[in-house]
Amino acid sequence: MTALMPGPRAEQETSVEPTRNGSGEPVISLRGATASLGARRVLRGVDLGVERGEVVALLGANGSGKSTTVRAVVGQVPLSGGELSLFGTPYRRFRQWRRIGYVPQRTTAASGVPATVREVVSSGRLSRGRLRPLRRADRAAVDRALELVGLADRAKDSVNALSGGQHQRVLIARALAGEPELLIMDEPMAGVDLAGQQVLAGTLREEVAEGTTVLLVLHELGALEPLIDRAVVLRDGCVVHDGAPPPATGQHALPGHDHVHPHAPEEPIRTGLLT
Amino acid sequence: MTFLQDAFMQRALVAAILIGITAPAVGIYLVQRRQAIMGDGIGHVALTGVALGFLTGTNPVWMAVLVSSAGAVAMELVRARGRTQGDIALAMLFYGGMSGGVLLIHLSPNGSNANLLSYLFGSITTVSQEDVVVIGILAAVVVAVTVGLRRQLFAVCQDEEFARVTGLPVRLLNIVLAVTAAVTVTVAMRVVGLLLVSALMVVPVAAAQQLTRGFAATMAFAVAIGLTVTTSGTVYTYYVDVPSGATIVVMAIGVFLAVTALAAPLAKRRARRSAAPVSEEAECTLEPSRSRSPEDDVRV
Repeated sequence: MTALMPGPRAEQETSVEPTRNGSGEPVISLRGATASLGARRVLRGVDLGVERGEVVALLGANGSGKSTTVRAVVGQVPLSGGELSLFGTPYRRFRQWRRIGYVPQRTTAASGVPATVREVVSSGRLSRGRLRPLRRADRAAVDRALELVGLADRAKDSVNALSGGQHQRVLIARALAGEPELLIMDEPMAGVDLAGQQVLAGTLREEVAEGTTVLLVLHELGALEPLIDRAVVLRDGCVVHDGAPPPATGQHALPGHDHVHPHAPEEPIRTGLLT
Repeated sequence: MTFLQDAFMQRALVAAILIGITAPAVGIYLVQRRQAIMGDGIGHVALTGVALGFLTGTNPVWMAVLVSSAGAVAMELVRARGRTQGDIALAMLFYGGMSGGVLLIHLSPNGSNANLLSYLFGSITTVSQEDVVVIGILAAVVVAVTVGLRRQLFAVCQDEEFARVTGLPVRLLNIVLAVTAAVTVTVAMRVVGLLLVSALMVVPVAAAQQLTRGFAATMAFAVAIGLTVTTSGTVYTYYVDVPSGATIVVMAIGVFLAVTALAAPLAKRRARRSAAPVSEEAECTLEPSRSRSPEDDVRV
């Protein structure tokens, strides 16, 4: 696990921000997006642009529309208005799903029948070669994804035997198995303890160092804070902040923040008042 | 081994082997998606198909394939549209299929409740040469789909939203799975009967998954259990005059209970082994800095 911790090289590369930004078309371009779930208007004109190599965090209180926004970006929530293009292609004509790795919001990677960690992670490889059998390169990519999240030794175990944080790591490995250029994650840190958060931060740092673009929904910046280039804060389906990540205090001060954290008690407590 | 000399017994055994393979191979995906009851629904709808076959003078098996496939696709569409009123729609399909079958069989000139009973509860000894050919073709299709598309169907049943974002044709795969399940029901109805076919799709999987850790292993073990109970159940009915379907299902449940009894101590040992590094201390000790573990998070 120590091998996954951020090395000095990765540290350097993530700080060279300007060269990674501003090259060509945006990876994600969402303009004036509106969407409803039932009768409720969840998105009321959301603008979201993500450039190549950027790490963008979507923040906001529960029900602010952050999850709906990322689900709209991957086409799982239909837009009632606005425009979406991915890698410069309008959503309607977009077919290059292999370029995207998606981590949906889940509390478990298990289902009705036992499955090994490797079986679940391998399904992420289906984005490349949907109907052909697994080749050697596919197996190698699955191995690499398992190593990245530090679960290589659990590959043959049932996902039912894992802890909550390990489930999230399986889901992230599944997305990484497709070797995506764009990683979209919906609350990947939910229910993950501090040690697990640091493993995931290390994983993400390696991916970002290799040029992967990341859009992720977060409840709070936490262990990922140093990685985030830009934060987009939503409130009631509208973007209220788009720019530098707010300091932890500001984030905690968001309306509706429920102050329940998956933190180990060892973590320094930020009250938002004095720290 | 005298039973192997009878032609009807040979046909019955071939049918039993094919069903022992196909039913758990499809059933595992339904169980994975927590839709174990779907086989039952298809069975009810298939009854209308059987009766329609009698009414129109066509082969009841082929007619059942058509009608139950249509029913299974309808169930899949209801499921995909969302949960609202979905269970009511499924209930309508169940009851409609059953009552439609009973109604139609009474309207047909050469049909009677006796005919229907052999489809409801299965009578393997009446499997004809033609039936074996039909069952063989259909079983080949089922195996090709369930084994050939294993990774794709696994992904769809595991996490449908994720599967859609990988670009898999999820709707098509779901419909293929629904039709395959319908075909399996009709393949199995001659042997175990429409009312019990779902048991053969679910029980071997339920038994197998208590001892396995992976999906592929569960599938292989469930098929092995399926094969064992269908063949031994069929042989048993050669010596004792009991219906094959009920015998096979009772045997499957017997295997389930035996595996459960076997699995309990095994699971306990496995849990103890995986828990060992965490609980070094024999008792819980209250330590101020460690009184709350990260797992204590109760956020919903």
